[in-house]
Amino acid sequence: MSAIPQQTSQPTWQHRLAERGVDRRLWLLLPATVFVLLLFVYPFLYGLSLSFQPANGGGVLANYDKFFGDAYQRDTVATTLKIALPAALLNVLAAVPIAFRLRGRFRGKRLLTTILVVPITLGTVLTAQGLLNYLGPTGWLNRILLSLHIVDDPIRLTNNYWGVFFSLVITGFPFAFLLVLSYLSGIDPTLERAAATLGASRAQRFRRITLPLLAPGLATTFLLTFVLAFSVFPSAVLVGNPAGSTRVISLAAYQAAYEQYDYSYASAIAMVMGAVELVVVAIVLVWRSRLYTGSTGGKG
Amino acid sequence: MSQKVRTIRATPLGWVIWAVVVFFFVNLAGVVLSVLVSSFGTKWFDTWFPSGFTTQWYGDAWREFTLFHVIVVTLLVSALVVVLSVLVGAPAAYVLARKNFPGKRLVYLTFLLPILMPPITYGIPLATVLYKFGFAGHLSGVVLANLVPSVPFVILTMTPFIEQVDPRIEDAARMLGAGTRSVFLKILAPLLVPGLLASAILVLVRTVGMFELTFLTAGPDSQTLVVALYYSMSAAGIRAQQSVDAMAVIYTAMMLVLLVVALRFVNPTQLVARVKEEPSE
Amino acid sequence: MSGFDQLRLDGVSRRFGTADALAGLDLTIERGEFIALLGPSGCGKSTALNCLAGLLPLTAGAIWQDDQRIDTLPPEKRGFGMVFQNYALFPHLTVRDNIAFGLRMRHLPKDDVRRRTTEAIEMVQLTEHASKLPGQLSGGQQQRVAIARATVLEPSLVLMDEPLSNLDAKLRLEMRTEIRRLHQSLGLTTVYVTHDQEEALSMADRLVVMRQGKVQQLGTPEEVHTKPSTWHVADFMGYRNLLPLKISQLNGDQVTVDLGGTPVRGSAQGAVGLGDDVIAAVRPEDIKLSDEGVKGLVEVVEYQGRERAVEVVLDDEVRLHVRTEQRVDAGEQVALTVTPGRLLVYPS
Repeated sequence: MSAIPQQTSQPTWQHRLAERGVDRRLWLLLPATVFVLLLFVYPFLYGLSLSFQPANGGGVLANYDKFFGDAYQRDTVATTLKIALPAALLNVLAAVPIAFRLRGRFRGKRLLTTILVVPITLGTVLTAQGLLNYLGPTGWLNRILLSLHIVDDPIRLTNNYWGVFFSLVITGFPFAFLLVLSYLSGIDPTLERAAATLGASRAQRFRRITLPLLAPGLATTFLLTFVLAFSVFPSAVLVGNPAGSTRVISLAAYQAAYEQYDYSYASAIAMVMGAVELVVVAIVLVWRSRLYTGSTGGKG
Repeated sequence: MSQKVRTIRATPLGWVIWAVVVFFFVNLAGVVLSVLVSSFGTKWFDTWFPSGFTTQWYGDAWREFTLFHVIVVTLLVSALVVVLSVLVGAPAAYVLARKNFPGKRLVYLTFLLPILMPPITYGIPLATVLYKFGFAGHLSGVVLANLVPSVPFVILTMTPFIEQVDPRIEDAARMLGAGTRSVFLKILAPLLVPGLLASAILVLVRTVGMFELTFLTAGPDSQTLVVALYYSMSAAGIRAQQSVDAMAVIYTAMMLVLLVVALRFVNPTQLVARVKEEPSE
Repeated sequence: MSGFDQLRLDGVSRRFGTADALAGLDLTIERGEFIALLGPSGCGKSTALNCLAGLLPLTAGAIWQDDQRIDTLPPEKRGFGMVFQNYALFPHLTVRDNIAFGLRMRHLPKDDVRRRTTEAIEMVQLTEHASKLPGQLSGGQQQRVAIARATVLEPSLVLMDEPLSNLDAKLRLEMRTEIRRLHQSLGLTTVYVTHDQEEALSMADRLVVMRQGKVQQLGTPEEVHTKPSTWHVADFMGYRNLLPLKISQLNGDQVTVDLGGTPVRGSAQGAVGLGDDVIAAVRPEDIKLSDEGVKGLVEVVEYQGRERAVEVVLDDEVRLHVRTEQRVDAGEQVALTVTPGRLLVYPS
């Protein structure tokens, strides 16, 4: 005969789970978890394992050997970084003084931010089409420069590095600006006033108070802008020089998959792409984790 | 905040910043207007403006690119993605906003990753899997692929809205005899309408504009507008440049309509990321 | 669910990780009682209330309603009413709909719902505000909606979680009377959580004083007020003078301690021995200014209307808080005596 009445055994089991926060409401997490496992984690792992099974035989690492052994392919990593890093950096650095200047409330702020959202929603494809028209040899920009006698011949701004770069600035800068602006709005302005009463000049206030509080936000902004720029694909094809100076890694992956139908090789390139991106993300995150990331005193 | 509405003072640095902003906007206008002007122009070669104006390109584009079909597909894909991602994402957002449980950080990170990764990176393996199971090339594959970044986005957007609802309000309802179903339908749903609207609109805008994933998974019958636009551009020379421009203008108009609708429910920053802007007192 | 005769908490415990928020609470609540759970913040009183409500699962122990075990029931099945600290009114529902919510959840006939809601609205005098949203009401009005919403169901037990802490001082006094009046006229059984000792003393039939998840004392307001069981309870019940002293004489529970060089008599509250280090507790109002006694220098005087709060420094640097109606000024030399029997001596 059991000494413990059955009634108490069941609650104890529930108690122990309840203590750790496990209860029936966790079931609500199930659809999203199944979804992310099926459509994100599984394909990712599938791609990873596929990348180790080369279509044309060879060792486990044959695909990676092929990629890194071929300068034409290997250089796409550098090409991508050469476009994405400066573009992301420029977008964030340009956004800081402008957002600093335009924070707080003023007439037309809503209009300004609305106009800034336009290029983000239009996306890279439309921007590419506009850039081709606007920056082309007979486009308005070259016409203005020619008629003002700033240049003698039309400058080439499309179908090369600069076309892609401008496209990334046009879609990336508003993105960075809006993010930085909202981080800035989250910093309590009385902190700066307090610093002013303690004798800090305008520049000192920015350097000693605002910038340290803003820095983690800048790191996040840089990351998100970088991710956008890193996956540059349509603009690299449309306004860039997809066979040369703007042959980015996403293009290499796409060609392997949809022109050579070598999904194994394409997966390997996608994995390299993910790894390179995550390295940059990790570096920025490590740097960010060394910054003060607590409350910024605002309502953000 | 007690800050008054102010205009920006004109210091030298202020002028420089204004100049940069104006320069950016002028070029942005140039980019958008050159497409618009070209789409209405008859012939435009090495002059400031086209030699004449016409609307014929719109008719051409409508017929040549079967735009009616493309727009129907775009709307259908977007509507399905919005509904499914809200249905899947909102309950998960609720749990993540309200509860602490073992492994929560891992779950959260897994939900975040699809937003942190470039779409092409997971898009290629995803498309491969979808082809393997026969989803890709059809509408269903496009919808599934677009759900990958949309569900996390709904979770990210909804979480702060749910956090704003005091959990004590749910407790109060339960103390008054409401079961889990009633708490969700009578209390949470009405209080979360703004959040649901915001996340739905944001997912809609993103899905209509999403190029990479749709591009990788769409078949000839399941292209959305932005992918059709890309194909018509990369096949330049075959079609008249102006009819591509006309199509771009149609796409722009559609996005702008969506944007105007979206901005009635959310502030511009939310379109970019999950950061709350200062409340407009 | 109809009423009960007795509600018994049996070793009710709640742990968060490794911290015991509530360790083995035993308490029997009789029908019709008004019980106050009292203690500083973090003492476990709110945890106890949430466990009782079913909003927080127990990690050990059981709750019995007569002979039915209820701690495994979800909150909506227990049939208790609750008034929350921040009221937790449904912001999207009018006053009337807030109050009718529980009745509707029970699927009562429409006419019943309307009649009982109207009565409850009249009872808390909100008839003219019935169709407003909670956001349009003042704090006191919201409070009354919360009370009406919890009591309209005639629950077998009403739980109140610091319901007055968000009100200003004047309103707090009014609502105190109001809650006590409702408790009596509706024949409710009430468990009331507060950190305000005055509130607890004035409203409750019995007090449960808690500290660090454990019950320190359980008794009537008078017992707790005059005979705190430990110096922690004394501290919480307004014994502002807690003095680390040594026992110089011992005679049964009559002890003598040395205060500023003068022997003072007190009563032992627990096992103490000659020469022990003890803590002597005395309220400021139990120390009187007189012609002779403990000598000291007045350092700070706070004018408080009828009385003055005076801080006196004795020769050995010990500071005493004194309340007096007499007029004194800072810098004066004074002598102090303790009301006989009001110096309580605890083992430290």
